Amino acid sequence: MMNYSSRPTEEPAVHAQDLTVVRGPRTVLRGLGFTVPRGQVTGLLGPSGCGKSTLMRAVVGTQAKVTGTLDVLGHPAGHPALRTRVGYVTQAPAVYDDLTVRQNLDYFAAILDPGRASADRRHENVTRAIADVDLTTHADTLAGNLSGGQRSRVSLAVALLGTPELLVLDEPTVGLDPVLRRDLWQLFHTLAAERDATLLISSHVMDEAERCDRLLLMRDGEVLADDTPDALRTRTGSETVEAAFLHLVDRAAAQGRTKETSR
Amino acid sequence: MSTTTPAPARALSAARTTATAARVLRQLRHDPRTVALMILVPCLMLFLLRYVFDGSARTFDSIGASLLGIFPLITMFLVTSIATLRERTSGTLERLLAMPLGKGDLIAGYALAFGSLAIVQSALATGLAVWFLGLDVTGSPWLLLLVALLDALLGTALGLFVSAFAASEFQAVQFMPAVIFPQLLLCGLFTPRDAMHPVLETISDVLPMSYAVDAMNEVLRHTEMTTAFVRDTLIVAACALLVLALGAATLKRRTA
Repeated sequence: MMNYSSRPTEEPAVHAQDLTVVRGPRTVLRGLGFTVPRGQVTGLLGPSGCGKSTLMRAVVGTQAKVTGTLDVLGHPAGHPALRTRVGYVTQAPAVYDDLTVRQNLDYFAAILDPGRASADRRHENVTRAIADVDLTTHADTLAGNLSGGQRSRVSLAVALLGTPELLVLDEPTVGLDPVLRRDLWQLFHTLAAERDATLLISSHVMDEAERCDRLLLMRDGEVLADDTPDALRTRTGSETVEAAFLHLVDRAAAQGRTKETSR
Repeated sequence: MSTTTPAPARALSAARTTATAARVLRQLRHDPRTVALMILVPCLMLFLLRYVFDGSARTFDSIGASLLGIFPLITMFLVTSIATLRERTSGTLERLLAMPLGKGDLIAGYALAFGSLAIVQSALATGLAVWFLGLDVTGSPWLLLLVALLDALLGTALGLFVSAFAASEFQAVQFMPAVIFPQLLLCGLFTPRDAMHPVLETISDVLPMSYAVDAMNEVLRHTEMTTAFVRDTLIVAACALLVLALGAATLKRRTA
């Protein structure tokens, strides 16, 4: 069932060990260790403020004050060689409101793959990315005139340009209607299966966890679990991933209390 | 997976710079009101000034020529500081810096886009002043245009630099009185610089706008390109490049 087991020699897409991030006075991530296997959809789940976005920013190399080991596609995170290989979508849509959907994508495509020689390939990429996020009918609308969900899909389309090997998506389905959410998750699995992409997707909605091949459960800057949804449910004897998560949280809290009292 | 490897990021890539400039101009095209204000307001001000000094053509010559250099600086300062701030707050800057875009590409792209707009603005203002408002220039109007363009570049550079220190549009706009007004007071527009208090004269000696105004006045009074003109324009250009480099240093790929 695990399709990464067919390629055991290949290194994971992301490998972290003892990963710590400090923001101002706060330690946001505390000595994390985990791996994200290639060619799968890995969900990063946890309550708001648990450090999901910081972890994603560290993976794409935009986070300062990162210590420990963090290797992405065989390079240290943030390595210049990764800039065309990793696609990143922030929580708030990062697009130009005063450009049309196509103009936005044209620009980012020109940054990823510049030069007149690649103009045709760029045009194809842009058209495909717009179709991927189902915005073909809105291609010539100003991004600022789109709805919130549509704008975040433009932002997603930018990340799909240039066929990245690793896609880091920060809450890509927030505020979308159920139909669109289902379509996008279908797209994510298609990207993993057909384009051989690795996806790291954060969410604080637990029902989305069931759609992932693998899960990283986070709480308070720490990884509570790094497993498949099935294994998690079995291990904790829970019906749903949500119940499994709550079980793990309670156990972690209980352990924390015994540690406190034994001190 | 793509079969071809896209070009890696270099310090300055012509294709990425022009793509950025084209994008900035495209954004402006969707905002015709800003463009109209940028281009027409300086002309309107010059027109007004001409009739404020209706009785003393000499005063209009001197102040008008100075203002031809100051307008592009102020406009470009404002536009760049707001545009760059928007780029920072909208997350597009973070996204671009996670892509293979050199910081130099971004800055050069902005300079190129706003620079070309500054050419249009300065050409219109200079043309209006020289041919319709009777601004009496001894030297070549082309030299006026050259100084105006360098001033625009300086304004772009300053705007880019201060945007790093502004957390909101409110703050960015307040940098205009903080950064531009002192230079305006000390550049010799109101009183010749050598008639100021020695302390202020020394301060005005290190402010770039002083040299922009001096250069304009050189063109106003001399037929030839004087050594003072060459020195002044070189100082303005060097300041612009220095501040652009400082601005590039404020663009961080990794942020807290």
